[in-house]
Amino acid sequence: MFAASDKKGEAFELRADLNSEYKEKRKETVKKVIANMTIGKDVSGLFADVVKNMQTEDIELKKLVYLYLINYAKTQPELVILAVNTFLKDTDDLNPLIRALAIRTLGCLRVEKVVDYLMEPLKKSLKDDDPYVRKTSALCVAKIFDLNPAICIDNGLIAILQDMLSDRNPMVIANAVSALSEIHAQSPKDQIFIITPTSLTKLLAALNECTEWGQICILESLSGYKPQLGSREAAEIVERVIARLQHANPSVVLSAVKVLMIYLSHVDAELSKQVIRKMAPPLVTLLSSEPEIQYVALRNINLILHRHPQILAQEIRVFFTKYNDPLYVKLEKLECIIKLSSTDNIDQVLLELREYASEVDVEFVRRSVRAIGRCAVKLDMASERCVNVLLDLIKTKVSYVLQEAVVVIKDVFRKYPRKYEGVIPALCENLEALDEPDAKAALVWIIGEYAERIENAEELVEYFVEGFKDESAKVQLQLLTATVKLFLKKPGSAQELVQKILQLATQGCENPDIRDRAYIYWRLLSSNPQAAKAVVLAEKPPIESDNSTVSETLLDELIYHIGSLASVYYKPAALLGVRGDRVDLRMAVAEDDDPNKIDVQQVVASVGGNIENLLDLDFGGPVAVPVSVGASGGGQRASNVDDLLGMMDLGGASSSFGVASSPAAAVIETPKVKLLQPENANGLELSGSFAKRNGQLSLDLVFVNTTSIAMTDFAIQFNVNSFGITPSGPLQVPVVNGGQVVNHSLPLNRTGAPTTQQPPSNVVQIALKNSNGVYYFQISVTDERVLE
Amino acid sequence: MVLSAVFILDLKGKVSLSLARSSEDIIREYLCPILIPDGKNQVLISRNYRGDIAMSSIDKFMPLLMDAEEDELTPSPIVSTDDGITFLYIRHNNLYLVAMTKKNSNAATTLVFLYKLCEVFKEYFKELEEESIRDNFVIIYELLDEMMDFGYPQTTESKILQEYITQESYKLESQARPPMAVTNAVSWRSEGLKYRKNEVFLDVVESVNLLVNANGNVLRSEILGAIKMKCYLSGMPDVRLGLNDKVLFETTGRTASKGKAVEMEDIKFHQCVRLSRFENDRTISFIPPDGEFELMSYRLNTQVKPLIWCEAVVESHSGSRIEYMIKAKAQFKRRSTANNVEIIIPVPEDADSPKFKTNTGLAQYAPELNAIVWKIKTFPGGKDFVLRAHFGLPSVKTDDPDKRPPISVKFEIPYFTTSGIQVRYLKVVDKSGYQAFPWVRYITQNGDYFLRMPDAVKNAKMDRIAF
Repeated sequence: MFAASDKKGEAFELRADLNSEYKEKRKETVKKVIANMTIGKDVSGLFADVVKNMQTEDIELKKLVYLYLINYAKTQPELVILAVNTFLKDTDDLNPLIRALAIRTLGCLRVEKVVDYLMEPLKKSLKDDDPYVRKTSALCVAKIFDLNPAICIDNGLIAILQDMLSDRNPMVIANAVSALSEIHAQSPKDQIFIITPTSLTKLLAALNECTEWGQICILESLSGYKPQLGSREAAEIVERVIARLQHANPSVVLSAVKVLMIYLSHVDAELSKQVIRKMAPPLVTLLSSEPEIQYVALRNINLILHRHPQILAQEIRVFFTKYNDPLYVKLEKLECIIKLSSTDNIDQVLLELREYASEVDVEFVRRSVRAIGRCAVKLDMASERCVNVLLDLIKTKVSYVLQEAVVVIKDVFRKYPRKYEGVIPALCENLEALDEPDAKAALVWIIGEYAERIENAEELVEYFVEGFKDESAKVQLQLLTATVKLFLKKPGSAQELVQKILQLATQGCENPDIRDRAYIYWRLLSSNPQAAKAVVLAEKPPIESDNSTVSETLLDELIYHIGSLASVYYKPAALLGVRGDRVDLRMAVAEDDDPNKIDVQQVVASVGGNIENLLDLDFGGPVAVPVSVGASGGGQRASNVDDLLGMMDLGGASSSFGVASSPAAAVIETPKVKLLQPENANGLELSGSFAKRNGQLSLDLVFVNTTSIAMTDFAIQFNVNSFGITPSGPLQVPVVNGGQVVNHSLPLNRTGAPTTQQPPSNVVQIALKNSNGVYYFQISVTDERVLE
Repeated sequence: MVLSAVFILDLKGKVSLSLARSSEDIIREYLCPILIPDGKNQVLISRNYRGDIAMSSIDKFMPLLMDAEEDELTPSPIVSTDDGITFLYIRHNNLYLVAMTKKNSNAATTLVFLYKLCEVFKEYFKELEEESIRDNFVIIYELLDEMMDFGYPQTTESKILQEYITQESYKLESQARPPMAVTNAVSWRSEGLKYRKNEVFLDVVESVNLLVNANGNVLRSEILGAIKMKCYLSGMPDVRLGLNDKVLFETTGRTASKGKAVEMEDIKFHQCVRLSRFENDRTISFIPPDGEFELMSYRLNTQVKPLIWCEAVVESHSGSRIEYMIKAKAQFKRRSTANNVEIIIPVPEDADSPKFKTNTGLAQYAPELNAIVWKIKTFPGGKDFVLRAHFGLPSVKTDDPDKRPPISVKFEIPYFTTSGIQVRYLKVVDKSGYQAFPWVRYITQNGDYFLRMPDAVKNAKMDRIAF
């Protein structure tokens, strides 16, 4: 407390001056108090004395006192009540500036007790003659709703806000849209902000007239509107929005791009083509804005290219980096270059990437080298040219260039087996220059894979085995596998070596992964060398281009969030922000003790923890399991080894559940749990459980549509899980009408690839899509008997 | 757009202004020597807009930046804490403007708003720096309050703000009222302006961005043009601007009378321009703000020869010396002249004992840039000039890889546009029917104008340089 501090004298003086009989003196003192507050000193002790000065004709002084109040209201809720009368008087002032100021400040106090007093003046000011007061009041409703939703609804504030959408002033409309959108997002099931064809006309008219920020709000709201099918509505909106692409404010442009991207699917092919053509130049122009804004633009352009690569097909040069671009801009441009690379422009791209590889910034150089490899994997026709550039770079002997090149060449080998064996000698020459685990592991993998073609493979492996103990686990695992490969390919010369390494790994190694793998190899080799060959030397599935960093499902969602943080982080919006925050907000709204509260929170929290897995979800096609060298080796083995050594299950899938044996009952059902809450899932309530009937595993789901509007386009997708559970077919739920309850049993099988995730988890993560959005939840396998 | 708070941070030696997007404004003081990573940072000033995040969360901001710097990465302009608070920031001089949010806020809007904030502060205080913030904290609070409410940007036009938020408000006899423009459809111009002489000044400024690779191939060549206006007009005039816009000529079936029409790839307009009208019939019509503003900007790719071309030959005798021959050529029409040309040629960091020989201009070694700066006051079209330079190199070579910055060129060419854009007419119509006088100026200058350095050759066919 200020008064209690050693600056007692100063506080005393301030207090005296605040009560001075001279107006100017009091004002100067309030300024001093605010200055203290600004530098972080606690001056809350002067609350009563400062508030006395609130009643004044001087706007500046009034603003200062208000500022003080905003800062300390929370700590002194009792004393704020003293100020309420003056506030109320101010809401009746002749000057609209003061009326608005009072309303704006009252909303910022965030003191529950004040809210009751605020209702009448707020209702009045929402209908004030002056638009400045109305626009301020509109936002005030959102502030109060955040604090106490019930009181807003009871007092009909929401209804007034909805009426304000037809206000004659465009700024008022824009703020009403902002307030309604925010309130709607907090409780979607109340359908507070649904654009109707009538309000749509008003919004489109306001779009032409309001400030740039208002335009952004209105564009945001348009992105949530679903145009009536078969009408000209979508085309009309597109025509109105397209003019915004010429706005000088990059954020208006990006919001317009978002709306256009969403509406593309609602308009005919001709218009859609035209829109895509018109979007390209503004997207390029965004690259002339300030670097921070460029960064956001580039992240979004990357997403847009994902969906419509042709949109900037001719513009690859605009992504060539400038020497003075900040690193974060350069890296994003690099991504765009890779996306736009094609057999037509690859020569130019390679020249450029080669240039980048000689720049100073290590991170940028590495990514550029990696980019060359990614182009090789992406473009079959050009892979040779890419590999030649990589070879060139290896010759520079710059340590980090070399190591990065080795790592990407390994990927090239995975994509084009046995095609570029010619480069192996060049790689092996640099063996001693490698000091990073990734590069070493990559080279060791290459040696093992091509042991029969490398004359001195034994020597090379031996070189590494010498230092086995000092290597990182990554290198050790690769070395183990490579030595076994070598032995299987050249049994004569490598026998000693393999024995040595198996001994080293089983006896001298602390890491259980390495030890266990060594044991398995050992037993395999001693009990059945043929099986060992089949396992270790099995043909690996070729890798795909790594360019799809964002799955189609996620992309669908992110298009709705163009320009926002979600689109910068490539994460579902639900996973952004403070963990569980969204849930907390809603719970505060509901106010009652909802027993499901904890469940929901857990869903959000745990989903948050597993984002990477989540991103592999894909509605479009088969689940693409990312295959890296290490993982694929392990995965392959896992499936084959299972039979041989039943107890050692590397997949980690069934070890904890597969053991229990009870007679298979004809019907096993588990109690249903709530999976989705209507307030989180745009009005869809979902509960479900696993069940087994006559040997058929299924997921029983109950869909409840709590809205009045039909939900369609249902689809479901399982994340890779420890049980390998996947749906046997698509979700057969065509339509859930408003208020309808639909029971559905989704047949499942366990043919999916189980994750090698450690430790195994009994949780299955699921994504559900319908016409309103995509939702993520998880469900636990509580009764393992269903899996038998 | 939901922004939680705004901060302006200031660090000794490395100062920052920060603005956060949520529901409250915050500006506190950040005084922290960068060398003490966990020292007490102080915020210069801050405003909390939403009250949903503790304002002390800003203390996590600088450590996030410093972590990134420790990993030798340039931190991206958006950083997040593990518990889900996101900071979006820009830098101005030594200040960080930081916005703070815990929601899925609109990142583009937030960053644009931060820049807008900077712009308004500069209009108010000329300089945006630690001192001007301290001296004007009362007015900054007022501005932060007026420009954003509950995390939603409101009025950000500095001209309009200046009508009711002034540094000398106590001198005003009558109380300030919100200007009509705050909520009008014309939110950028006040009513009742009066000038004795009604004049409009138009500056057409074209910046040329060029990127040439080491082989002399042009990778990119684009023009970023801007039409800047100074309007001294009475009343609420309706202005129409006519350009030799190719698309307009084509749609109206008119052929350009004199000169050619220009095809602009993309055009951006100040918010005063009626975009829907432009979308319909390519008419540029608007009610202008008072005073200075940028009416529009445009972008086009050019096929024209780079205006100033540089060829460089570098010959390096490792361990002893390095020699340069730079040939600069003005590839525009003879009747134009480039002024204040500066050609900046990077040299190795450890180069010493410079010697130059040139037939024109003045060449100097700028050790702080590790470059030769070759200044040519006037460079007539069609001419070419040569510079030869010689440096000594230490015999011991450092292990650091050579930085290879490109050659950059600065220049101005008055009365000339690369694109050939022309203002055909500027019509001013006001109720009172006055006559307005438009003045138009054209200028072309360099933008990001880079020519990459070729690799040094061991035995160049360069004429021996006699010094």
